[in-house]
Order: sequence, then structure tokens, then C-alpha cells
Amino acid sequence: MKITEEMVDYVSILSRLRLPEEERARMALELERITDYMEVLNHLDTTGVEPMSHTFPLKNVFREDEVRPSAPRAELLANAPAADEESYLVPKTVE
Amino acid sequence: MDILDLSALALGRAIQKREVSVEEATRAALDAIEGANGQNNAFITVLPDEALARAAAVQRQIDDGTLTGPLAGVPLAIKDNICTKGVKTSCASKILGDFKPPYDATLTEKITAAGGVVLGKLNMDEFAMGSTSETSYYGPTRNPWDLGRVPGGSSGGAAAAVAARECWYAIGSDTGGSIRQPASYCGVTGVKPTYGTVSRYGLIAYASSLDQIGPLARTAEDCAAILDAIQGRDARDGTSLEGDYGGLLASLDGNLDGMRIGIPAECFADGLDAEVSRRVLAVADVLRGRGAVVEECTLPIMEYVVPTYYIIACAEASSNLSRFDGVKYGWRAEGYRDLTDLYNKTRTEGFGDEVKRRILLGTFVLSTGYYDAYYRKALQVKAVIQQAFDRAFARYDLLLMPVAPTTAPRLGESLSDPLQMYLSDIYTVSVNLAGLPGLSMPCGLDGKGMPVGAQLVGPALGEGKVLRAAHAFQLDTDYHTLRPQAAEGGAH
Repeated sequence: MKITEEMVDYVSILSRLRLPEEERARMALELERITDYMEVLNHLDTTGVEPMSHTFPLKNVFREDEVRPSAPRAELLANAPAADEESYLVPKTVE
Repeated sequence: MDILDLSALALGRAIQKREVSVEEATRAALDAIEGANGQNNAFITVLPDEALARAAAVQRQIDDGTLTGPLAGVPLAIKDNICTKGVKTSCASKILGDFKPPYDATLTEKITAAGGVVLGKLNMDEFAMGSTSETSYYGPTRNPWDLGRVPGGSSGGAAAAVAARECWYAIGSDTGGSIRQPASYCGVTGVKPTYGTVSRYGLIAYASSLDQIGPLARTAEDCAAILDAIQGRDARDGTSLEGDYGGLLASLDGNLDGMRIGIPAECFADGLDAEVSRRVLAVADVLRGRGAVVEECTLPIMEYVVPTYYIIACAEASSNLSRFDGVKYGWRAEGYRDLTDLYNKTRTEGFGDEVKRRILLGTFVLSTGYYDAYYRKALQVKAVIQQAFDRAFARYDLLLMPVAPTTAPRLGESLSDPLQMYLSDIYTVSVNLAGLPGLSMPCGLDGKGMPVGAQLVGPALGEGKVLRAAHAFQLDTDYHTLRPQAAEGGAH
């Protein structure tokens, strides 16, 4: 399938990536080669096969809702690129 | 004998008998790392002070009889995508910066409980995405058997460190072959356990439905002991299985009487190096000698496994890696205009090429209009792949397969063509898609003097069978004791 630079732009927006001009064309070609190759899956008739997301039949793994201490705030914030005593700091988002 | 040449279990026994102190072993490993890391770059972080302090504490526990396990006091190293509290965990990515996890992974807790002495954190492909360990932000790891060649990936640092005698065992992760393929390229033994038997809590996710933590070591026995220590249900990983899957080490007795082993014909067709094929098939003769019945079988799915794997793995990666945004941890780009720009710049500059390629590919196969054709189709083929394994394991206890089509390629050969690199994962990815246990073990050297690996694949929870066969093979052969020349005194 033809992968255009516009398609690369679209998935880049969804992915929060912004490729430099010279990378866009290269990425379009690479993705086209890879997705072309992936079309080999169409040689296999999977009509009626239930999609399998998990190797073991797992669903709704529950645990008791117990109150437990969460990680200390200061330790979590210590890894942030920008933080004050109680919050992550980001650019202003609401005017 | 050089204690660095001992297996993990042999060192553990020597420590229990007070023939070697934990400090002595730790110092020997730290010296080996200092000598080798400049050449092979297996470690991102080395922890000399922490390891020596830990060695003293472990020695006290051994002396007062509170630590008696087979791995007590044995130094190891951990892949840099497994969280270690207060110790930099980078996933070999720029975007994680100097991230120091505020908690230990379950793996780290279990290794600590077993008396492990952690020497440092191991190099890898960025976010475990790659087959060569060349995509690391911290520079490529090199193969100790030939520094011009790759160690494989993504657990390349783990395989190289064990091969170069820098540690007695290592912990890696395997999403599509990332333990088995580097083990093969570096001449060590590695196991990808059944999905759900080792907790993934604290393993930084690449593709959650496929990721699994496992050991790389000198012998199958060592791997059994390590799996005994790290397996088990963990309430913090909802996908971990109920039950106890330990007792593996005690079950190894070298007897393969009546074990049925299939050799899938499709795995020995076009594309497999003739010398690798010959070496892997020769394993069958040794296993027969121990009582196994080995015959050709069929696994008619091989052409579908690589595309299915890359669709599913990239889809999951695109979601998992959305958390790296320059806000909560790690590195943040400079010169952004607003919040969206902060995200865009941080992710564009913080992720390497291969990671971006997989995020874009994963986003594409999940996007409106393409979801059914790619992602849903891949999930259907995944079911077909599992059924093919089910049919094979109805007749056989194990499958014998290659690990990779060739021995280790030269540095730089693989990265120029991503699709070609993906295709080299053909013999390993199906095992992850079906959630099965797979083991890679050395079965000789090729004409270039590079190690060849053979793969044993078992049914779900069939670790015991896989390890039993590998142990029997290692009782009758000495391929697993071969060591790279570069590790003998570091003559480079």
C-alpha cells in the first residue's frame, strides 16, 4: 500500500512526534516496505477466527480494594524535569 | 581455576563452603567489568560501592545461616529496563535521562531475596526494540567473541557480560527473542519463560502481551535455579499466573527416556545458514543418545510470524510509550512554545530512529481505516499460530529449532535495512506470540569462530521439559564452556 508523506504526518500528530523534513520521506518509504511485507497475512484465510489478544484466557483480574500508602510524593517528583513541592510543572495550558 | 569461569551454581556452592567469599567474587567481577567494559560496553551503569556493601551484608546473612539458597552471594547484572530503586534505569534511551525509579521491580526484590549481589545495569537496544543492541543511546554493545560484531539484542549487554565473564548470570527480557537471540550470538544459555510465570511489575513495558523477564547464564542448570528464584504469582502484575512453577533445578536428572522431540521442517528451509542448520540438527543426535525420540514435524506458520509479531508489538509499543512525555520523569527538550510543543519536541528529540519507526507503525496499524486490515488480522493470525503449536505439542514434548538464521553479523550491517533486521527474528517471535517457554543454548562455533545457538521450545508451563533436555545436552557436550578469546586476559 502506498504510504504518503501526508499519512506519515497524520500518524506523527497522533503519536506526538514531529519528524524533520528529510526524515518524513525516508519514513514513508520504510513504512511502505514494511506494510507491503505485512500483507503476506492476507494469504491466510482467517474467516471465523476469533482475534486473540491474550495467550491465556484472562479477563477482569480483580483484587480487594484495600487502602494502602502510595509512593511518597517527594520521591516521585524528584524524577520530574520540572516540579515544585507538590506538582509537576508544565507550560500554561488554559488562558 | 579462575572463579570467573565457574557456573553460578558452582560459585554458590563455593560460597556456602566458605571457599570463596562474596566480597572476593564481587571484587573479581568488578575488576573484570573494569577491564572489559571499555571494549564491549555491556554495562550502562556499574555499581562498585553498592555491590561491595551489598556483598558484605549478604556474607553476614550466609554466615548466620539466614541465606542458604543456591544463588546466595552470586553477583549478577540486570538489564536496564528493569526498575532498581534509586539506581538509574534508562532503557538505553535519551528520553529517560537519569531516571531513578522510586521502587524496585518484583524481579529486583526476588533477586535480592535470593541473595543476589547486583553489579550494575546492562546495555540494550533502546526500549528493547532491536536485534543488535546498536540502538542504545549509550553506544552499541560489542560481541566479546569478535568486537567487530554485534552481541544480538535487545538483551545484548546481558549476553555479552555473561560471555565475557563479567558476571555469573544476568537478567534480561524477551519480547520477540531478546534473550534467546543474544544468548545464541554470545554463546550463553538463555530462557524466555512461559508468559505469566515471572512478574512484569517494574519491567518498563515494550509490548505487554509479549514481554517476559528471564535469565541468561552459563548453563541450563543455572537458568533453572534462577527461574526457581524469580517465578511466581504477583498481585502487582495482573497477567501473572496463579501457582508455583519452581522446583526446576531439582527436576534436572539428564534422563530423556521417551521424550518426543519434533524438528519443524519449515524452520530448516530457505534463509537458514547451512552451518547453523547443520549445528542445530546435530543437537538431535545428542538428545537421541539420552533417550529422546526425535523426528521431523511440521509447523506451517513460519511465513506469518514476523508480520504478526511486528503489528502486535508495535501497536502495543505505540500505546505503552505514550507515557514518555517530558513531564513526569526523564528528559525534557528545551525551547518549547506550549504544552503540545513540549510533548512533540521531547519525544522527537528523546526517542531514537527505531523507536520512532515502531511508534509510527503501531499508531498506523491501530488508526481508523487500517485497524481491521492490520491489527485485527494480526490478532486472528496469532490465534492460528497458537493452534499450530497446540497441534505440534499434542504429538511432541518439545520442538528443536534454530534461534537465528545466521551467527552474529558485523556492526552496522543490520541497521541500514529495518525490514531485513525484522526478518531475522523469524525463529523466535512465534514463541512469544503463543506465550511459550523457549531456551537458547550453545551448540558449537561456525567457521568464523562465532557461537551458534539451538532453540528448544516447550508447551505452556513446559519449562521443566525444556531445561531437562538442555541440561542433558550440556552433560554430554562442552559447547557451553567455550569462552571468547577476548575474555582471556583482554588482549585487545
